[in-house]
Amino acid sequence: MNDTGMTTTPADTTVLPGPETGYERPNYLNAAYGLRSWLLTRDHKRIAILYLISVTVFFAIGGLFALLIRLELLTPEGDMVQPDTYNRLFTMHGIVMVFFFLIPAIPAVLGNFLVPLMIGAKDLAFPKLNLASWYVYNVAGLFTLWSIAHGGVDTGWTFYTPFSTHYSNTYVISAALGIFISGFSSIFTGLNFIVTIHRMRAPGMTWFRLPLFIWSHYATSLIIVLGTPVVAVTILMVAAERVLHLGIFDPALGGDPVLFQHLFWFYSHPAVYIMILPAMGVVSELVAAFSRKPVFGYKVVAFASIGIAVLGFLVWGHHMFVAGESVYIATVFSVLSMLVAIPSAVKVFNWTATLYEGSVSYQTPMLYALGFIGLFTLGGLTGVMVATLGIDAHVHDTYFIVAHFHYIMVGGTIMGYMGGLHYWWPKITGKLYPAFLSRLAALLIFVGFNLTFFPQFILGYLGMPRRYWSYPPEFQVLNVLSTAGASILGVGYILPLFYFIWSMRYGKKSGDNPWGAVGLEWDTPSPPPTENFHTIPVVTHGPYEYNTKEVHDRTSPPEARVG
Amino acid sequence: MNPQLPLFPESASTLSPEVDALFIAWSAVSVFFTLLIACLILYFMVRYRRRSVDEVGLEEKSALWLEIAWSAIPLVIALAMFVWGTRVFFKLYRPPADAVEYYSVGKQWMWKFQHPDGHREINALHIPVGQPIKLKLTSEDVIHSFYVPAFRVKQDALPGRYTQVWFQATKPGTYHLFCAEYCGGEHSRMIGSIIVLEPRQYEEWLAGGPAGKSVVASGAELFNQLACQTCHVAAPNRPARGPALKGLFGSQVKIASGEMVIADDNYVRESILNPGTKLVAGYDPIMPTYQGQVSEEQLLQLISYIKSLAGDGGTQAPAEAPKP
Repeated sequence: MNDTGMTTTPADTTVLPGPETGYERPNYLNAAYGLRSWLLTRDHKRIAILYLISVTVFFAIGGLFALLIRLELLTPEGDMVQPDTYNRLFTMHGIVMVFFFLIPAIPAVLGNFLVPLMIGAKDLAFPKLNLASWYVYNVAGLFTLWSIAHGGVDTGWTFYTPFSTHYSNTYVISAALGIFISGFSSIFTGLNFIVTIHRMRAPGMTWFRLPLFIWSHYATSLIIVLGTPVVAVTILMVAAERVLHLGIFDPALGGDPVLFQHLFWFYSHPAVYIMILPAMGVVSELVAAFSRKPVFGYKVVAFASIGIAVLGFLVWGHHMFVAGESVYIATVFSVLSMLVAIPSAVKVFNWTATLYEGSVSYQTPMLYALGFIGLFTLGGLTGVMVATLGIDAHVHDTYFIVAHFHYIMVGGTIMGYMGGLHYWWPKITGKLYPAFLSRLAALLIFVGFNLTFFPQFILGYLGMPRRYWSYPPEFQVLNVLSTAGASILGVGYILPLFYFIWSMRYGKKSGDNPWGAVGLEWDTPSPPPTENFHTIPVVTHGPYEYNTKEVHDRTSPPEARVG
Repeated sequence: MNPQLPLFPESASTLSPEVDALFIAWSAVSVFFTLLIACLILYFMVRYRRRSVDEVGLEEKSALWLEIAWSAIPLVIALAMFVWGTRVFFKLYRPPADAVEYYSVGKQWMWKFQHPDGHREINALHIPVGQPIKLKLTSEDVIHSFYVPAFRVKQDALPGRYTQVWFQATKPGTYHLFCAEYCGGEHSRMIGSIIVLEPRQYEEWLAGGPAGKSVVASGAELFNQLACQTCHVAAPNRPARGPALKGLFGSQVKIASGEMVIADDNYVRESILNPGTKLVAGYDPIMPTYQGQVSEEQLLQLISYIKSLAGDGGTQAPAEAPKP
């Protein structure tokens, strides 16, 4: 182990001692030690690790709520917790998972770590803002945890008025303020990505040489910066009505309750794309790396991300088809919702076509990527089903919707996140995790997920409404299947927590590029040095040049590959 | 544990087969595409599996025709489904002219119903089979949602305004009624039954209960109790100080701002609760507010009475001209 004095390396060093010599090269992890060096860091890679810890904590809390919900639903009678408790459980599950896990997970952890590495930059454009975003996120989280500790909030994560502004007797304001504050952390990250991608690309890194991960993060950042202020203002209006009794949403005060739904979904529908676009970016990288082939239709996939970001702002009204919206405006929102599905469908076809004539390996990250494609396909198709007016009238606010958005958010976003984490883990830590155990976990998650959420499609079409604490007895069998699936899913999520931590100490050294992948992030040591690259790279080719053998062999000597 | 395992909901309204056909068609499309993608992935995984550590994929072939095909085919399918789905939706949300109007008020946590003849029920609604029924909905507090899975319809009940839903039951039986919009503590107990009876049984059921006044008659009584007639009905010795209500409902009204509005449920409701908001052109703002003085049920009765005054002349302009 070298001391903290070993933070700099001569930039012209071309032959670095390999890991096998026992001498550890200077990298961002051993650059400095001590809590202070982490809490005051401005290194995007260290901030990514801080975010990784925070979002994992919130994922565990949200998961615990999910577990309690599924246990209550084992029997038709509400017999485990009181209805008020149940309402708080699903509300807190939604708030924690959406605002504190799904929205930040991929951008703030993987995006933070990889955006500068992939474009050949030393850091993000605003390193202090980046650190501030992590602190703001945690302050926001504390507001939410404070509400939980004091008994929680029972409005549903959607905060529908006038229930949230007048009728709920729970900690609405502190929970809503948590979301309000967390929005700033998203905006800081989004702004940082946009400026960095525009201004800090390495020489030769043109827009069409950017990895698709960067394209999708760029699209997500646009949505974050444009959409988040709307939900912030909406939350302030809820607070103004609840505290100051200004009549905005409550008809008793002269307000309009449906206005809230318009404002809320104007952000929260695009927020679904904030969650799924980064996962799509991860999948594009994984499919290319584990097929050793450029992504089929690179430009189409890149523009599909931008298309989704733009069209995503025009479909919010499909959440209000049965909320008293005029049938004509419902028609417009229905057709626009069909259109936003097309770029997603095109991406699925392009990923599938990438495998064709590829060199397909079954490493753990690839299992997640292929799982993503399957689950996202079903989630997307059921999304177009519920955008169909005649079907939505029946399935709106039933378990069909619950199943649909879990296929997108869990089957999509979390599969992408887990796949990305497994793919870049050797880059982040320089260590390998157990191959068999990690494949087993991926399989458990896939099987457990489907067993949890597929029965909910059937429950929904049968008519079981969502957010029900007790339900008619004929729905029990499907609910038991769902709870059984959730327990398998839970085991699948706990396994990686253990083997990742284990691998940091005991895992085999990975080498710089264990997957034989191309891309600037693999062109630098693992873990990377603090300044990312010893010399700023000059880019001469596209992101997925697996076919040019000298490019491939330069970044990845075949003898160092694990698969 | 309850051994039942239903996989498809009961179908009991004229439109549920149409919704089911749409759903089954979409499901078939979804299964086809999911299987297509899954089979392609599995085939490619085996066929192109990596055989040596330094193997790479073959050169990418550009295929514009493929990109166009797999954009256009889903688009055509989605648009066809959109047209089909919208046709079904318009049928679901546009009641036929001969639908009989019933009333429902949702509150935390019960559904209150009133039959046109005045019969009231809570968390249960008896209806005759084969009769199109239009249910006018509102809420006393938060947003609720009237949902009968066997009829495949759902409509939110909003505080402060009216929405409507209609259905025509096709077979006698008892069907679930759920509140589908989360409404707080006892949301999952805001449930009940729709009991569909043969027309004769329905008549017997009506005869069995305490005969109340019809909704319109209750409205007329309330109209007099609240002394609405002092302003809205011209006396022999003086002109009316407020606009006449005969023939008003459904007509176009010119309001003080010069705009034309249609005198529908929501307009009449607003004019009772906040008379100043859309004052009829030519009248002084002298009417007091009735906010807090009439309940949601009474409002529905008043509106039904005013509606009954429209008679056949419902689409005509008000008979009396505004005063100069």
